[in-house]
This record gives sequence, C-alpha cells and structure tokens, in this order.
Amino acid sequence: MSASGFGTAQNYPGRLFIVEGIDGSGKSTQLTLLAQWLRKSGYPVVFSEWNSSPIVRETTSRAKRRKLLTPLTFSLIHATDFTERVDRELLPALKAGAVVLADRYVYTAFARDVARGIDPDWVKSLYRFAPAPTAAFYFRVPLEVALHRILTGRPRLKWYEAGMDLGLNPDPQESYRLFQSRILDEYEKLVSEYGLNVMDAELAVEAQQRQLRKTVMKHLEGVRRRPE
Amino acid sequence: MRRFETNGGVVPGVDLKELSGWLIVIEGTDGVGRTTHITRLRQHLEQLGYAVAETGLTRSDLASRGLRRAKMGNTLGTNAFNLFYATDFADRLERQIIPALRAGFVMLTDRYVYSLIARAIVRGANPDWIKSVYSFALKPDAIFHLRIDVPELVPRILESGGFDYWESGMDIPLGEDLYESFVEYQTRMIAQLDSLGHDYAFQTLDATRPVDETAAVLAERVERLLEGSRLPDQP
Repeated sequence: MSASGFGTAQNYPGRLFIVEGIDGSGKSTQLTLLAQWLRKSGYPVVFSEWNSSPIVRETTSRAKRRKLLTPLTFSLIHATDFTERVDRELLPALKAGAVVLADRYVYTAFARDVARGIDPDWVKSLYRFAPAPTAAFYFRVPLEVALHRILTGRPRLKWYEAGMDLGLNPDPQESYRLFQSRILDEYEKLVSEYGLNVMDAELAVEAQQRQLRKTVMKHLEGVRRRPE
Repeated sequence: MRRFETNGGVVPGVDLKELSGWLIVIEGTDGVGRTTHITRLRQHLEQLGYAVAETGLTRSDLASRGLRRAKMGNTLGTNAFNLFYATDFADRLERQIIPALRAGFVMLTDRYVYSLIARAIVRGANPDWIKSVYSFALKPDAIFHLRIDVPELVPRILESGGFDYWESGMDIPLGEDLYESFVEYQTRMIAQLDSLGHDYAFQTLDATRPVDETAAVLAERVERLLEGSRLPDQP
C-alpha cells in the first residue's frame, strides 16, 4: 500500500462493519437485521450513511439535478463528503467504542468511479482518511438477479445511478444494466485486493444473516456493552 | 509539436492531443497584484491578436457556492475542505480551462493547483498525498510566481482593506490575533510556494518592483513563449 492510499489500520475501541454490493444484492436488509440483533445484545450501535454533511450535500444534489458532474468531479465531490463523514462521525464513534455499521463504504466509490474511467490508484488515494473496517462483507449476486429485483420494483432510475453520464446507451434501463455489469467486475477485483468476506446473496435471508452474525461475533470481544 | 500532459493523472474522456492553446499561471499571495498583471497581460496579448480567457480559484459553477458557504461559518473539516477545493478546481479544469485550450485560447489563470497544494500543506496535509490528488491537473506552459516577503506585503494589505480571515489562516490559527496569524500564515505559504517553485519550475518575479517593469517582463516572456511555439502562418 502506498503512503497515500486507503487502508490505515485503526486501533480504536469501537468496531466497524460494512456491507457492500450492487443495488438489489440485499445488503441493506442484512445490515438492518444485524443492527437489531446487536442492539438487543446491548451493543452501542451507530449507523453511518453516505451524504451526511449539509454543505456538500447541497452542492451534490444541485449538481446531480443539473447534471453538472463528470467522472472526475463525481469522484471528488463524493470523496469530499465521505471525508467529512469520517472526521465528524465515524472516527468519534469508533473512539467512543461504538459498533459502527455502514451501508456501503469506500469500495462503492472504488468500484463506481473506476467503472467511470477513473484511475484506480488515484481514487484510492482520495480515501486515505478512511479507517480500514474491522470486517467488510460483499454480497455477491448475479447481475440478472439484482436487475430483476431492482427493475421490477423501482423502474424510474436516477441519471447517475444508471450511468447515463457515460453515454453507454440512451435507454436508462439498458445503460443501468451495462453500468452495473462494469461495477460488478470492479467489485470482484476488490474482493481479492482487500480480502472482503464474500456472502452468497442468493441464499435465504436468514441463512445469510446467521453467517453474518457468526463472523461479526468473532470480532466483538472486548467491546463494552450495556449491562443485561 | 507541443503537447499538454498531466502530472501523471487522468482526466477521463479528454484527449490531450486535441488541446492547442496555452496555459499561463500567475501564482502569488494576496496583495501582490495578480489581478492587475492578468488584466494588463490580457490587453497586451489581445493587441497581438491572441484570444485570451481567464479563470481563478473558487470560480467553478459546481462548488463555488458551497465553498463560500463553508467559509461563512458552516465550516467543513480541514481534510474535507482540501477535497472540496480539488472538486472546484476539477470543475474549472473541465469546464473552463480545457474548452478554452481546445479552442486555441491563451488561458490566464489567477493561481492554480500550487496555491491549493500550499494551503493544504500549511494546514497539515501530507505533501505527497495532496500532490497526488492534483495529479490530474494539466502542466502549465509557464508558471509565474509574483513573489513578495511578508514585511513588504503587510502595508499593501493594510491599504487594500485589511487582513482577511482565511488569508490570515485564522481557521488554524497561527497567532494571538489576526495580524500575528497573518504574518505566520503568509510566511509559511510563501515558503511552500518557494518549495513548489523549485519542484515545478516557477519563474519567480520580484513583486516589489514597479508595476510597469514587472508587466513588461511578463509581456515579453509570454510573447516569446507564444511566438516560439506558434504554427507557421498559412500562405
């Protein structure tokens, strides 16, 4: 790892668990179930989401509405927002001993930005302030399965989400399909590079959840929790 | 045939071979007369028949509003601020600088990535890291550093309305009051620009010399650069 790349080890009392995967992989459902279980077991759980800083959020949503973003500025504005979230939210929670759960993390940016033609080493260097997660789970799902889940439930796709800025195809659904397939390829590279825990997202929800809890449990020793 | 290149980074979707203009950068702290010199240089070049465009820091469509708001008290952390500045720069590079160069303009730039790199380093950023963030920036054809030392700078700032909060580094801050922080901050900024000037081959001009004299030197050097790289006129 270069001096400027992502992946600083963190030695805070808290833990950081993150889920990754394309839309329709079921990762958010799994994270919600995990949170309920952790809370019930007395752990101090903090949820962390993208787009938390008001100023950057305003710029980002205006830019998306007006389609002002290029691959370069898309990458930079999201890194700006993420960095603010790390400094304001993530690090204090980890220092305070929380079990922090994140729905998508730096890997989302790596996969999405590289799929847009951004240099992989460069985008990784933008995220140098992000602490390495305690464990990262990648919900692997075949493209067609994810597309079926997404395209039947929510047919109106957002411009950038569908990768329309890349001009892959004038039809949003077709563009989405092509863009997601690129992202999927990038995720596969990240799995080996960062040792992501691969989850079979085609298994039954409860089977996945059992596996998730089993792995998370191994990392909870020493975390302070509410007395029973 | 001259070609633009970056400092190793990539601007997706841009073919650098298509760019034919010139990118001229004027660097220097506040109060050295950058705006005056850009105006005069522009007039001079237009007299010679060159098409000229201008841009400066925090003038992007995308992020200038957010940056202004962030400075007005809804502050961002230092790390995020550095990246927000980079966002603003990237937007100007893609929407102002590159189109002007593609059209064969002389692009006069009131500060460039060097000021942004310097302000980040003064605020504690790792120098290698912030340089790599800006590795997508085009290498300019010429970088002029209008250089002044702090003792000469202070009276100019007093005359032009006093010390600015950000130009005094009061977000860090570096002294007991605005003046002390200004002196320390500008001293560090100038030292960083000197160091970057060494790495990136700045042409340093003494900003304490009379305006006409400096303007003449600038005009002469830019003219020579442009004439030296111009394509021969069609018969």
